[in-house]
Amino acid sequence: MIVVIDYNVGNVQSVCNALQHIGCDAELSRDPARIEKAAGLVLPGVAAFGYAMDALGDAAGPVQQAARAGKPILGICVGHQLLFDESCEYGPHQGLGLVRGQVVPVPPEQTVPHMGWNLVELPPDMDLLAGLGPAKHFYFAHSFHGRVQDEQVRIACTDYGFPLVASIQKGNIYGVQFHPEKSGPQGLQVLRNFHEICRRRV
Amino acid sequence: MLTKRIIPCLDVKDNRVVKGVNFLNLRDAGDPVELGARYSDTGADELVFLDITATIRSRKTIVDMIRRVAQNVFIPFTVGGGVRTIEQIDKLLRSGAEKASVNTAAVQNPNLIAEASRRFGNQCVVLAIDARRSKTHPGHWQVCVKAGSEPTDIDVVEWAVRGEQLGAGEILLTSMDADGTKAGYDNELNKAVSDAVNIPVIASGGAGTLDHLYDAVVVGGADAVLMASITHFGNYTIRQMKQYLRDRGLPMNL
Repeated sequence: MIVVIDYNVGNVQSVCNALQHIGCDAELSRDPARIEKAAGLVLPGVAAFGYAMDALGDAAGPVQQAARAGKPILGICVGHQLLFDESCEYGPHQGLGLVRGQVVPVPPEQTVPHMGWNLVELPPDMDLLAGLGPAKHFYFAHSFHGRVQDEQVRIACTDYGFPLVASIQKGNIYGVQFHPEKSGPQGLQVLRNFHEICRRRV
Repeated sequence: MLTKRIIPCLDVKDNRVVKGVNFLNLRDAGDPVELGARYSDTGADELVFLDITATIRSRKTIVDMIRRVAQNVFIPFTVGGGVRTIEQIDKLLRSGAEKASVNTAAVQNPNLIAEASRRFGNQCVVLAIDARRSKTHPGHWQVCVKAGSEPTDIDVVEWAVRGEQLGAGEILLTSMDADGTKAGYDNELNKAVSDAVNIPVIASGGAGTLDHLYDAVVVGGADAVLMASITHFGNYTIRQMKQYLRDRGLPMNL
């Protein structure tokens, strides 16, 4: 069972729909007992960083503990950004601190938000992105992005006038800046991969 | 580099798609969920659903419809039409929409854009503008509200710039002069707005040929093209549009 963290913001249902569509037993919850019991966690995100972190509230502790104990966790979009130390969206905000780095604005020389389908180069050593070939388009919709300062993190990038981090992986901690639940067949494949990662661990 | 987006628009009335009833050999071509899934499966980059009745009763129907769309569509979709409050936007997003578009209510209360942007992130907030060429000021367009029925004194380019400043993440720009004519987008309008803002502009109104799509991007500077008639009536498939635009050198998700 995969628990999609319910923190009362935005479009959490889409992630559940996509997981159910691929035959994954997914449940929307913020109950520490369910988080503890889950094979894996998905931290969705449609919101501003500070709002999301506030809304996460007392669920942040159990999520951090589970991630540090080795449970697979997948952060999506703002959920991916929450994995980092901090963000400066609408003022400074602390993140979950699972990955060293900061969340910073997409530079104003680019069209902001970075919204639409962009081509992600897929390194062969990231199991989250397996089975998709060397590159695929994914759907992005964000104005901030994670800048990784963590040598243990593997990254996949997309070109947005600079190498923008599209996906990260640090042991059991995974993040995607794009929306796999909105990226058609290739997005569903990423979710299948995460489901498989969770199943392997159990 | 971002691909250019192809966005079919589904105008919904009484739980039916209003344009496009007799095409694609679908048994129930007017059902928004079925049609949305069909577009999603055949390569559309995004969908827009507009509740063109936008009454209290239709709003309940729309939320229910969005839930069903979200179970079958795995590409982003925007919902608009009569969106007036933060609570409504919250409900639409929670039901599965990626973005909500605001139009008349934002003109009446521009702070709605700022509040929605702060709460949900600006990528969720689409500012829809219905534009009409000004008869008194050549080279200018006036913002129209209430489904285009009521012209205002507001200049479209100025409103788009203000919308961006307030926190809109995208402009859905419909030319009321071109809409439904199939004579091509108003690229003068598209250009004026896309030059003035740094957020993506979706060109809407007037698509009739593949050339029109290309021109909206290359001449009009649009990041995405929205269309209804030419896909709903089966003139072109999404794949044909994308293939054509890619062959002419545009980056497409194909």
